[in-house]
Amino acid sequence: MPAFNQSRQNVIKLIFLVAFIILAIRLLYLQLSSTQYDLLALDNAVSKKIVYPDRGIIFDRKGRSILENTQTYDLMVMPTQLKGLDTVGICNILKIDMATFRERIIGAIVKNGRYRPSIFESSLSVEAFVQLQENIFRFEPGFFLQERPIRSYPFKAAAHILGYVGEVDSSILRKTNYYYQMGDYMGLTGLERFYEPILMGQRGVRYQIKDNKNRIVGLYENGLYDSVAIAGRNLRTSIDIDIQVLAERMLHNKLGAIVAIDPRSGGIIAMASGPTYDPNLLTGNQRRNNFSWMLMDTARPLFNRAIKGQYPPGSTVKPAGALIALDEGVITPAFGLGCNGAYFGCRRAIGCTHKTPGHAGNLRVALANSCNSYFSHLYRLAIDNPRLGGTVNGYLRWKQYMNSFGLGVRLGVDLPSEDKGLIVDTSFYNKLYNRSWSSCTNVFLGIGQGEMQATPLQMANMMCIIANKGFYYTPHFVQSIDGQMASDTVLNRYKQKHQVTNISNETFEIVQLGMQDVVDQGTGGVARIKGIAVAAKTGTSENYGMIYGKREKLKDHSWFVCFAPRENPTIAVAVIVENAGFGATWAGPMAALVMEKYLRDTLSAARWKEVERIENTEIILPIVKAKRNRLDSLRKEKMRKLQLKATASGKYPGKNIPGKKTAAVHYHFSAIKPDNEEQFI
Amino acid sequence: MKNNSFEISRGIDWVLIGVYLVLVLTGIASIFATTYRDENIINGFLSFKTDYSRQLLFFLISIVLAVCILLTDSKFFTATSIIFYAFGLILLILVFPFHTDVKGTKSIIRFSGFQLQPAELCKLFVNLALAKYLSSLDLNFRKLRSQLIAASLVLVPAILTIFQNETGLALVYLSFFLVMYREGLPSAILVIGFSLAVLVVMTLLIDQNLLAIILTLAAIGFIFAARRQIKRDRSVLVLVIAIWVVAVGIQRFAVPYFFNSVLKPYQVQRIYATVGKDFQVDAASMSDEDIKKMGDKKKAGNYNVKQSTIAIGSGGFWGKGLMKGTQTRYDFVPEQRTDFIFCTIGEGFGFVGSIVLLGLYLFMLFRIISLAERQRSSFSRTYAYGVASVFFFHVFINIGMTIGIIPVIGITLPFMSYGGTSLITFSVLLFILIRLDADRQMVIR
Repeated sequence: MPAFNQSRQNVIKLIFLVAFIILAIRLLYLQLSSTQYDLLALDNAVSKKIVYPDRGIIFDRKGRSILENTQTYDLMVMPTQLKGLDTVGICNILKIDMATFRERIIGAIVKNGRYRPSIFESSLSVEAFVQLQENIFRFEPGFFLQERPIRSYPFKAAAHILGYVGEVDSSILRKTNYYYQMGDYMGLTGLERFYEPILMGQRGVRYQIKDNKNRIVGLYENGLYDSVAIAGRNLRTSIDIDIQVLAERMLHNKLGAIVAIDPRSGGIIAMASGPTYDPNLLTGNQRRNNFSWMLMDTARPLFNRAIKGQYPPGSTVKPAGALIALDEGVITPAFGLGCNGAYFGCRRAIGCTHKTPGHAGNLRVALANSCNSYFSHLYRLAIDNPRLGGTVNGYLRWKQYMNSFGLGVRLGVDLPSEDKGLIVDTSFYNKLYNRSWSSCTNVFLGIGQGEMQATPLQMANMMCIIANKGFYYTPHFVQSIDGQMASDTVLNRYKQKHQVTNISNETFEIVQLGMQDVVDQGTGGVARIKGIAVAAKTGTSENYGMIYGKREKLKDHSWFVCFAPRENPTIAVAVIVENAGFGATWAGPMAALVMEKYLRDTLSAARWKEVERIENTEIILPIVKAKRNRLDSLRKEKMRKLQLKATASGKYPGKNIPGKKTAAVHYHFSAIKPDNEEQFI
Repeated sequence: MKNNSFEISRGIDWVLIGVYLVLVLTGIASIFATTYRDENIINGFLSFKTDYSRQLLFFLISIVLAVCILLTDSKFFTATSIIFYAFGLILLILVFPFHTDVKGTKSIIRFSGFQLQPAELCKLFVNLALAKYLSSLDLNFRKLRSQLIAASLVLVPAILTIFQNETGLALVYLSFFLVMYREGLPSAILVIGFSLAVLVVMTLLIDQNLLAIILTLAAIGFIFAARRQIKRDRSVLVLVIAIWVVAVGIQRFAVPYFFNSVLKPYQVQRIYATVGKDFQVDAASMSDEDIKKMGDKKKAGNYNVKQSTIAIGSGGFWGKGLMKGTQTRYDFVPEQRTDFIFCTIGEGFGFVGSIVLLGLYLFMLFRIISLAERQRSSFSRTYAYGVASVFFFHVFINIGMTIGIIPVIGITLPFMSYGGTSLITFSVLLFILIRLDADRQMVIR
C-alpha cells in the first residue's frame, strides 16, 4: 500500500534515537556528574553505631575490686512480632496487668516504631530474670533479653570517692566538642569523672546497613571501616576498703568526715563523708528516683564533706602556727609563755582552758596542753615580725605559709570539685577595718577560729607535713593505671614532693613530741593505742548556723587530727564530726579506730564493740531532727498517695514508687547549712 | 509444509530472540538481586513462591506460548485479529464487575493465585486489529473517516483503561499513533501533538502571565517575519492568530481546568514533582481516598522518584556490583521489582550497565523497524511498527520516570519488570512478529 511513506521509518528511528539520547544524558548527569547521590544512598542505608567498651575496674590497695561491671538484663520487645504470643505469661512473670502491658507496647511503638526493638522492662529483678530466662523461648521473637552492663560497687561503700556514671548533658556535649553523643554515659562525679578518659576506654564504631524500615540487616562492607572498641583501663588505688567501710560505719547517723592518708606517698587510704549512701542506688532502673530524693535532702548525702565541707579548724591548726613561728625564727622550741587562764595581749581576754602555771612553758608543753594564749601570741609574733616590716606584710607572709601548707588553696586531689577552704587576703581586713587593723584584730586565726576554714582533707594533709617533717605529696587515690603509657601524665603531679618548711628535723621532733604528749598525757588520750606512739591534736571549733532565720551559736564541731606511728608515720588521719562537742569525745575515738585497724590490720572484740557504740550513736542537733521528721512524714504521705493511686488504677504497687529503695539510704536529714562565713568567739 | 521441524526454524530472526533472552534473563537476575533474602537458592527457585522463581515460571510459560506461536500458521493471526480484539474488549468490560482492588487499581482480575490485567493484554489485540484494519485492501488512509476509525480502534480500550484507574497503561495506546503516522497519517498531527505537549510542559514551568506574554511576542515576531507572505495571503495571518488564540487558551484555561478538575490530586502532585515544583492542594475538595494517597509520604510520587534517582545516581560509573546496591537491596525504592526494576541495573552496574541496557533496547527497536521494512505484507509491517512503538513507549516512559524526567505513571519495563501479564504479553507480541517475519516470503495476504 502506501509505499511512498517508507521514508517515514527514518523519522521514527530519529524519534527513538533522540528519546534514548535524552535518557542517556540524564543518566550521565545522575551517575557521573556528582557524588551527592552516593552520600544520599549511604545516608539512607548505613548507620553508624558506637560500640561501647567495658569501663575500667577500680581496685583498692590489696587488689580487691571496689568498682566493677556487672550485667543486668533488659526485656526487649519487638512490637511487630507480638501476634500469637503468650502475653498473659509475660504479664504473670513481670506481675503487671494487661492494661499496663498494652500501655508499654504503645509507648514502645511511639518511641522507636514497630520495627525496632524497645525496652519493655529495664534492669530486670533477679527472680523475673530467672523465670524469663527459662521461658524466653515461649515469648520469642516478640520478646528477648538483652544484656546491659552497669557499674556495681561490691562493698556498697566509697560512694563519694568512686562517684557514678550518668547520661551526658548538653553542656558536656559542647565542652567535649561533641565527642560524646546524646544518651552516652560518662563519669559524672568522683574518680569516675576524674579518670573518665582512662576508664571509658576507646569507643569503637560499627557501620551497619539498615533497610527502609530502619532495621539493621548487616555490616557495611563486611566491617571494612569498623573500628574495635578498646576496654577501659583499670585503676589501682591506695584505698583500703576495710578502713573505708569502717569509717563509713562510724559516721552512721552523723554529719562529718574522716580522711586517712599515707604520708609517705600521699595516697589516700580512706575518705568517708557522712551521711553517705549505697552507691549501687545510683545504678539500675531506680537511679532517677533515688537521685532526686538524695538531691532534695538538706543533709546533702551527695555532698562530699571530706573535700567540700569547710570548717573552722580550731585547735587542730595550732601545730601549723608553731611551724610558721619556728620557720620564721621568731621563736625557738624553748620559747615559753606565762598563761593563767587567758590571753591579755589584746584588748579582749582570750580564754584558755588551763590555768596551771607552766602549762605553756615551752612549745612541746604548750602543744600538749593546747594553750590558746600561747598560740595567739605565736600568731602575733609571726605577723608582727619586725624583719618583715608591718602587719600587712607579716600577714601576707603568714598567708603564704598557710597556702604552702595546703590551707586556703585547692590541694589538687584526684576528685572533681574540691573546695579550697578559706584563708582571707589582706584586702578583706582592709575593707572591713578601713585599713586600720593589727595582729590583734585577727588574733583568733592563731587558734583556728575567725576568718579561717579548712576541709578535712586539708587537715589530714597538714598532718602529713608534720609526720614527714616538712614535706607532703598531693593527696590522691590512684597509684597506677594498668597498662600505663608515657602519655598518661595525669599521675605525674602526684609524684612531686612539696617541701614546705626548712625546719630542722630536731625541731620538728619537738612539735611531734608535743603532739605525742597530747595523746599520752593531754587532751587526746582517747586515741591511745597500745604499743604505738600516736601524735595527735584535738580541736573543738565554735560555729554558728541560721535557725529559723536567726543566727545562733551551735554546738561545737568535734575535730581530731593525728598520725602514727610517731617515729615512722604510715598513716595520718583527720576526723570531724559536726556539732558533736569536744574533739576528744567523738572524733578522737574514730581516728583511733581507723589508725588501729590500719596499723594492726585487725581490731579486738572490745574495739569492735566500740565501733558498734559509735555507729549506733546519733549525733544530730534536735532542730535538725525536727526538720528531718517533717521531711520524712512528707515523703511517707507522698508514698501513701502514690500507693493509693496505684491500687485504684489496678496497678501493682511498689514498682515505681519513688523513694522505696531510698529507705536503704543510711543518712539523715539536716535543715542546717553550716554558716561559717564569719566566725568569732 | 513438508516437514514441520524444518518449517519452525526457517526464517526465524535469531538475533531478536537472542536480545529477548538476554533481556528476560537480566530481568530475572535483577528481581533475584532485589528480593533474594538469604534463603536456600535451589529451594527459592523451585518453590515458585519467591518473586524471581515466579518470574522464571512466567518466562517458561512465555517460551511454551512462543513455541506454540512459532508452530502456528501466520495466517491465523490475520484471520483472528478482529475476534481477538472483540475478546479483549469483553475482557476489559468484564473487569468492571469482577475486579479485585489491588493498590488502588481496578484493572486486575484475580483467579487461583494469579492476577490477570486485561489492560496490559489488550495492547496485543489492539495491535493485531490495527494492523488488520490498516492492511485492508480497500482502505484509503488519507480519508478522515478511516483515520477516525483507526483512532477509535485504539482509543476505545484506552478510555476503558482510564476508567480502571490505569492512566499509565492507557497512555501506552497513544504510541499506536506512531504506527498510523508510518502508514500515512498527516505529519501535522504528530507536530501538533508534540507542540501541545511542549505547551503543557511550558505551562507547568513558566508563570501563566509570563508565558502569555512570550506567546504573544512570538506571534507578533512571526507576523513581522512573515509580513510578505501575509501581504500575499491573508489566511496566513488568520492561521497565526488562530494558533495564538488556541495556545493562550490552552495555557490559561484548558490546562488549569484539566489539572484542577479532571486529574486526581496525587496525579497532579506527581506531575509537578517531575518538573521540580511543589503542589499545593486544596484539601477540602479531596476525597478521603485521595487524601490517603497524598498523605502517605512513602507512596507520594516524589518519594519513589527521589529514592530511585538516589539509587541510580549512587551507582556511579561502574556501579556497586550485583546485589551490592544498598538502595535496591534494602527496599528503599518502592515497587522496585516491577516498575522500578531499572534501579537495580543503575545502582548495581552504574552508567556503563545502564547505557548497555539502553543500547540493547535501542538495538532491538531498530532491528524491529528494519524487520518491519522488509515485509511484503502490510499487515506484518504495521504489526511490527506497533510492536516497536509499544516497546519504545514502555522503555522510554519507564526509564524516564525512574530517573525523574517523566511523571510516575505505573508502566513496566518490557521483559524485565516482575509481572506475569506484562512478560507474557510482551513475549507474545514479539513472537507473533517473529512468526510473521519468518513467513515474509509468502505472498500478500
